[in-house]
Amino acid sequence: MDLGTRLLWGLGSIVAVVLESQDTLAWYAIALAYLIASVCFIFGLKLLSHPETARKGNFIAATGMAIAILATLLAPGIRNHLWILIAIVIGSVIGTVIAKKVKMTAMPQMVSFFNGMGGACAALIGLIEFKELQYVNGVIVTSMGDVIGSSLLSGHTLAILGGILIGSVSFSGSIIAMGKLEGFVTEKSVRLPFQQGINALLLLVMLGIIGYTLTLEQPIFWLPLLLFVLALIYGVLFVLPIGGADMPVVISLLNSFTGLAAACGGFIYDNQVMLTGGILVGSAGTILTILMCRAMNRSLTNVILGAFGSGAAAAQEEGEKVIREISPSDAAILLAYARKVMIVPGYGLAVAQAQHTVHELEKLLEERGVEVLYAIHPVAGRMPGHMNVLLAEADVPYDKLLELEEANEQFPTTDVVLVIGANDVVNPAAKTDPSSPIYGMPILEVDKAKTVIVLKRSMRAGYAGIENELFYYPKTRMLFGDAKASLEQLIEEIKQL
Amino acid sequence: MQEILRFIGENIEMLYILILSVLVGIEVISKVPTILHTPLMSGANAIHGVVIVGAIIVMGHAPADNILVLLLGFVAVVLGTLNVVGGFVVTDRMLEMFKKKR
Repeated sequence: MDLGTRLLWGLGSIVAVVLESQDTLAWYAIALAYLIASVCFIFGLKLLSHPETARKGNFIAATGMAIAILATLLAPGIRNHLWILIAIVIGSVIGTVIAKKVKMTAMPQMVSFFNGMGGACAALIGLIEFKELQYVNGVIVTSMGDVIGSSLLSGHTLAILGGILIGSVSFSGSIIAMGKLEGFVTEKSVRLPFQQGINALLLLVMLGIIGYTLTLEQPIFWLPLLLFVLALIYGVLFVLPIGGADMPVVISLLNSFTGLAAACGGFIYDNQVMLTGGILVGSAGTILTILMCRAMNRSLTNVILGAFGSGAAAAQEEGEKVIREISPSDAAILLAYARKVMIVPGYGLAVAQAQHTVHELEKLLEERGVEVLYAIHPVAGRMPGHMNVLLAEADVPYDKLLELEEANEQFPTTDVVLVIGANDVVNPAAKTDPSSPIYGMPILEVDKAKTVIVLKRSMRAGYAGIENELFYYPKTRMLFGDAKASLEQLIEEIKQL
Repeated sequence: MQEILRFIGENIEMLYILILSVLVGIEVISKVPTILHTPLMSGANAIHGVVIVGAIIVMGHAPADNILVLLLGFVAVVLGTLNVVGGFVVTDRMLEMFKKKR
C-alpha cells in the first residue's frame, strides 16, 4: 500500500468509527461542554470576588450555566424537549420579573427565595429518582437502566436520599428565613420547649430512615416520602429559633446546603457539571458563612444554637435613664460647623430608601468644607455588604467608605457621628457587658467622637432585641423620625444657614 | 467494607472532582472584601441552580405515559430555572451599582 491509500484507509476507518459511535462522540462533546461550564463557574466565582470584575464574573458564570443547560438538552436519549422548554420559559419569565421588580432592600429575601427553589428542585429530583428505582429479577435498576446491585445499599441510593434530605431542609429553611426578613414570619427567636432535643431527635430519625432504607432489598416509596416531610419540618425548626439579625448567616449556610444537594444530583447521574457546580458552592458557601460569623466575632454554633433574643439578658432594668432629643435645626448647626463628620448607616437607612438623600447631605456638607466619611460595619443592615451596595447605588465614592478598623481609628478625631438607623453595631454593651448576647462582637466605637446624633424611628430595641446604652450617653442626641424625612429636614436646615 | 471500597473504586473520578472542587471553592473565596459578600452569595446561589441539569435529565427520560414523573419533573425544571435565572439577574442588579462613576 502506498501512503495515499494508507491515509484513505485510515480516514475511512475513522469515519466508520464515527458513524458507529455517534452516540459516544455526542457524549464526549457533552462532557467537553460540561468541562467548559465548570471552568466558567470557577472563573465566575473568582471574578465575583473582586469589585472591578464582579459583574463580568457573574456574566461568565451565567454563560457556563447556559452551556450546561444547552448541552443537557442536546444529550442523546433526552425526550420531551417541548415540555422542558416550556418549563424553562415559565421559570425564566417569572424569575426575571421578580428579580427585576424587587426593591434593593429586599434583595436578601430574594436570594433566600431563589435558594429555596433550588433546594426544592433537588428534593423533587431525589423523590422522582427513588420512585423510578425498579426491582427486577432480584436486582435494583435505576431510572437510567443501570443495575445497582441486589439491595439498595449503594452510593446511588445514598445520593438520592441525601438530595431529598438536604434539598428539603434548604427549601423550608430558606422560606422561613425569607419570611423573617419579609415580616410574614416573626423575626423574633421562636423556641419550642426542648427545641434542641427535638431537633436532635428529628435528625437522628432522618438518619435512621436513610440507614434503614439502604439495607432494604426492595424500594419502599413511603420511606423517602417520610424523610421529605420530616426534613421540611426540620428546616422550619432549624431556622425559627434564630433571630432576624442572624438571617444573613443562615441564608449563606442554606445556600451551601443547596450546593450539596445539587452535588448529590451529580452522583445520581454521574454528571460532572452538577458535581463541580454544587460542591463549589457548597465549599465556597461554607467559607463565606464562616467569614460572616467572624465579622461578628461569633462562632457558627453560637449563631445556630442561638444566643440572640434568647431572653437571657434582653430584659434589663429601665431605671430612670434620660435621653436627650435634638431638633433638626440644632443638629444641622452641629453638622455644618463640624470639621469631620462620620456617617454610620444601618438597616433604617435601607428601609427608608434614604441612600440618595444621605449622599445629598454628604455633598452639601463637603461643599461647606466639612470632611464626610462613612463607617461601614461588616454586618450593618441585613447582609454583609448591604450598606456598600446601597451607597454604591447612590454613587457614593468607594474611598469614602471606611471599614470597621479604619473607622474606629477615625472616631477620636471626629466631631459629629451621624448614626442613621443603625443600632446593634454601635451598642457599647458588646464591649462592656459580658452578660449581653452580643458581647465580644466588634462594634463601631462611635462614643469616642465628640458628639453622636442618632437618627431613629423610635426607642425600639434593635434586631438583636437588646437595649442600647449609647442612646443614654450624655454626648448622644436623638433625632426621632423616618430616616429619609429627618435627613431631608437636615438638608433644608443646612441650606438655610 | 466491601461495599465502601467498591463505591470508591467505581466513583474514583467523581471523588477526585469532589475533593478538588472543595479545595477550589475554599481557595477562590478566602480573600473577599466584605463589600462583596452579598453579591458573591447571590452569585454562588445562582451557580447551584445547576441542579436544573438534573431536572432536565429527569424530564428528558420520563416515559410519555408516566404523568406523575412528567408533572413533578416539569415543576422541578420550573423551580431550577427560577433559581438560575432569578439568581443571576438579582446578582447583576446588585453589581450594576458598583459601576465606576467617579
